[in-house]
Amino acid sequence: MSEVLLEAKAVAKHFGGVKALRDVSLSIRRGEIYGLIGPNGAGKTTFFNCMTGLYVPDGGGFVFDGQPLVADAPHQAAERGIARTFQNIRLFGNMTALENVMVGRHVRTKAGVFGAMLLNSATRAEEAAIRQRAIDLLHYVRIEERADDLAKNLSYGDQRRLEIARALATEPKLLCLDEPAAGMNATETEELRDLIDGIRRDGTTILLIEHDVKLVMGLCDRVAVLDYGALVIEDVPAVVQKDQRVIEAYLGA
Amino acid sequence: MKFEHFFRSTVGIGLTAVLLLALPFIAALGGQAWVRILDFAILYVFLALGLNIVVGLAGLLDLGYIAFYAVGAYTWALLASPHFGLHWPIWAILPLGAGLACFAGVVLGSPTLKLRGDYLAIVTLGFGEIVRIFMNNLNAPVNITNGPQGITLIDPVSFGAFKFSGTTQIFGFALSGPQKYYFLLVALAILVIIINIRLQNSRIGRAWQAIREDEIAAKAIGINTRNLKLLAFAMGASFGGVAGGIFSAMQGFVSPESFSLIESIMILAMVVLGGMGHIPGVILGAVLLTVLPEVLRYGVGPVQMAIFGKMLVDPESLRMLIFGLALVLVMRFKPAGLWPSPERKRELTEAKP
Repeated sequence: MSEVLLEAKAVAKHFGGVKALRDVSLSIRRGEIYGLIGPNGAGKTTFFNCMTGLYVPDGGGFVFDGQPLVADAPHQAAERGIARTFQNIRLFGNMTALENVMVGRHVRTKAGVFGAMLLNSATRAEEAAIRQRAIDLLHYVRIEERADDLAKNLSYGDQRRLEIARALATEPKLLCLDEPAAGMNATETEELRDLIDGIRRDGTTILLIEHDVKLVMGLCDRVAVLDYGALVIEDVPAVVQKDQRVIEAYLGA
Repeated sequence: MKFEHFFRSTVGIGLTAVLLLALPFIAALGGQAWVRILDFAILYVFLALGLNIVVGLAGLLDLGYIAFYAVGAYTWALLASPHFGLHWPIWAILPLGAGLACFAGVVLGSPTLKLRGDYLAIVTLGFGEIVRIFMNNLNAPVNITNGPQGITLIDPVSFGAFKFSGTTQIFGFALSGPQKYYFLLVALAILVIIINIRLQNSRIGRAWQAIREDEIAAKAIGINTRNLKLLAFAMGASFGGVAGGIFSAMQGFVSPESFSLIESIMILAMVVLGGMGHIPGVILGAVLLTVLPEVLRYGVGPVQMAIFGKMLVDPESLRMLIFGLALVLVMRFKPAGLWPSPERKRELTEAKP
């Protein structure tokens, strides 16, 4: 098993004349927390969307777990083991918290229409396993007491946690978090930090897009900086923090 | 909530069963016409539950649902009538009708996969019209559907020697044709209710709801939205096909007139008015919207005579006026439907300050 889990090779994406990504190459190693930072509009989310198949890159590609990722197939990305959360939370609002996580099991289960209609023993067993796994995951992110509430009625912090639980339900090898701490206060951010650290210790590699520089520098093993769609540097936080180009990108030259 | 518990208790099931058994005999006191209305109410329950899969669960606004009903109806009509001289048995035609409707569902579904909401509604509306116009014009150069005259003398449902048309003596009871169809339809409706409940609480049903709630998030967690949307169209359409077959046999006559846009809209209204995505609500909506216009049909005239001593307004126009007004009032005061799901209801009450 190779040490590198995900490798981006010269990924490019244009929107009309705007070059959102200019030949970005980077590699994420197994078991690390990898931070992706950059000023607003630097192309962080575009990179995410290319990787998870929501956008088709105009150039380059990804190798995940030794195999190339098929562009334009979001559901296959999840099947291969890439799960994500969204910058602006995207939950299934009119479903309960538990159901949201249960949907996350979709890709790892297989009951079809006929199984559902006949409700044979295999389907019933699978359904019970889905439910149990979902309850466990709600415990894991500590929102088990909100299991039967509609997702849209959860507090902001709990919605963030629920989104992570739903992503974890797909049994990802790589969990991509798009600004998970946005809009959180200091205490919530601290709790989130513990949660992310816990997920890594339990064996999932994490890619973290974040604006909170303190959180990124404290949590990540390695950090990449994007500016105007181009990779500025990819290194350990201590080096990145002192890099002149990074300081310029953030503070303006 | 209390209601749902009641229906799950033994007493509740017993009472419902007795009521369902007694209904056709009670209705017969007012004449066989009322039994036929009852039959249609249940047929519409069947149709509305089929559409509920597409609209209520998967959130795909389908205004051409009647097309699948038409496919099922014409399949039966063509294969069991003197028109082609074919008289196939029910166990061959009904699955074939469901299969053809299912295929039509996939045909409709595949070009509309990227469409949602208003856009999808317009395309499905067009599809419904196309099917009707085809039925209307497929009488030349080769006469397939007999055009606007429709197909007559269609075989009734029969199992061996047991025919569902005409009166039969069973255990000293005289059962009329509509009464026999009633029991057949109730059995089918119970089956479709069970299938609906099971689908709703299944892996597939949850994936449909996820697509309804947020398609991008659904894709991101690995749901193949293309296949699941097609599946929703196919499932809904199959139910429509079965209903169409029974309709054809029950009526003994089909013509393109029965499959107009207004029918699609009525079925959609049943789903929305009853409580979208909530099975008891959809059943209530279907029964009310079938029975209410008939009650008005027979009631409006005599009531006018009793109050004013003469007919002031043509009963037929007044009937639709009252009916339309009732729909508007329900949507004004019960926006989530007459009997919404507990979650929807809770959310609406919580939303109030």
